[in-house]
Amino acid sequence: MTRLYMSEQHIKLPEGSIEKVTSTLNLGPTHPATHGVMQNILELTGERIVSADQTIGYIHRAFEKIAERRPLAQITTLTDRLNYCSSPLNNMGWHMTCEKLLGVQTPKRVDYLRVIMMELARIADHLICNSIMGVDAGAYTGFLYVMQFRELIYEIYEEVCGARLTTNMGRIGGFERNFTDQAFQKLEKFLAEYPRALKEFENMFQRNRIFMDRTMGVGGISAERALNYGFTGPNLRAAGVDYDVRVHSPYASYQDFNFTIPVGTTGDCYDRWLVREQEMWQSLSILEQAYQKIQSFKGTEAEIYHADIPAYYLPEKKEVYTKMEALIFHFKIIMGETDIPVGEVYHSVEAGNGELGFYLVSDGGRSPYRLHFRRPCFIYYQSFEELVKGSMLSDAIMTMSSLNLIAGEMDA
Amino acid sequence: MSAMVDSYGLLEITAPRELNLKVLNFLYDNPTLQFQFLTDLTGVHYPSKKGNELAVVYHLHSLKENLRVRFKVFAPLEQPEVYTATGLFSAANWMERETYDFFGILFLGHPNLKRILNVEQMDYFPLRKEFPLEDQTRIDKDDEMFGRGGTLKQID
Repeated sequence: MTRLYMSEQHIKLPEGSIEKVTSTLNLGPTHPATHGVMQNILELTGERIVSADQTIGYIHRAFEKIAERRPLAQITTLTDRLNYCSSPLNNMGWHMTCEKLLGVQTPKRVDYLRVIMMELARIADHLICNSIMGVDAGAYTGFLYVMQFRELIYEIYEEVCGARLTTNMGRIGGFERNFTDQAFQKLEKFLAEYPRALKEFENMFQRNRIFMDRTMGVGGISAERALNYGFTGPNLRAAGVDYDVRVHSPYASYQDFNFTIPVGTTGDCYDRWLVREQEMWQSLSILEQAYQKIQSFKGTEAEIYHADIPAYYLPEKKEVYTKMEALIFHFKIIMGETDIPVGEVYHSVEAGNGELGFYLVSDGGRSPYRLHFRRPCFIYYQSFEELVKGSMLSDAIMTMSSLNLIAGEMDA
Repeated sequence: MSAMVDSYGLLEITAPRELNLKVLNFLYDNPTLQFQFLTDLTGVHYPSKKGNELAVVYHLHSLKENLRVRFKVFAPLEQPEVYTATGLFSAANWMERETYDFFGILFLGHPNLKRILNVEQMDYFPLRKEFPLEDQTRIDKDDEMFGRGGTLKQID
């Protein structure tokens, strides 16, 4: 009997055998459980996974090449589309990379405003990941419920930069405008309403027998293997390594804040969920602290929302119309004709998924000579086969969603 | 071998490409250094550096001492071969595949050196500098959908 397979290369025959004994399952590229465009070719005996072969690159958009033509300010839009669940984190990371290259010192108020936006983005990111884990385990309600609170975060984004998903937030040196009173009111509303919802969400899942059975002991990894695989972020911390870029190489004045790094022990899906959950509580605490610090700025100090770097920060429109220098800088920035200094910088931020790094090589032209994104997702997804080998098919789904794989970040 | 501190405070080591594994091994095993975390691995193409056109750049992190280091090796375009770091770091597997995919750098000893983000049929290495991005002001291309130059047909 002849059988039809997807293609020649997907047939994996055991050594010395002429008949295929395992079955091939194509999980993805457009499967509801992959939550993004990526493919897994699984070899199964019954429901047990023998091997997994990941294929990525379905939404590769050549950002690194495109960036070689663009002036620094225009690359921010590219970073939006890496991890689109937490765009502000990527935006701020990119701005800080540029500032490092240009040698710009940002005022404290700018740092704290950035911390507010970054922690909101982290909550939005973790919220999605944790609630989607619930969806993949069969609990849709939690996801729908907490979406209301992501909406509150998106409303704050809207108030600050006008956009919701691909935010393109801020500029090199600070923000495009000062935060409005509405933005702070919305932040207050979020800080008041979210903890209760997060607690409810936790009550629903944390000691839920079905959820625990589906996630405990699934997709675990040891600390040594996780480090060797280049894990960062919540997935590394779930394995018990307390590495956090915010603490190890502080940026945006994170050293001014008190927070703890939650760590797990087994590195399995349940620990990843717990670590993300605890990080949301920590983010809430950082938000409270940052908001307090922001409120301590009075008078003209409360008007500061960007660093004084006329060559890179767009002047105000009314100055463009009345002042010669402002007009020149406006023109040069818009046309991207400002030459950047020669140098190489590596800067990283703690993004939703871990260490998001920017390696920027400049030869002194208007745009980077080479820009490389260190995408945490891309690096730890290669461990997937090791994580799921020998486990059940349904465990692969849980592992995938607990790793928070974002195709946009993976493929750049 | 040479080492210098760049203007942003990061130690940068350069070594001949034959020694890349030796240097990585030393940095990994040395009990006081312990650079055991591979943060990033990527390539850069410098067409003007004759004989050293392709650079492989490693960013290593010693979590014990919380130190970072940048390590570079250069390879000529005619023979773009360096040894793979997959034996030391599992993380290097896909990073090296990505670097191969975009720069054509061959990592000797790599278990599965094939393209990762681009299609396998591709016969060039797109991040090399001989492939400039399309000139945004070109007008010879007839592209009605995106309104770039050409003749935009009037809709009656």
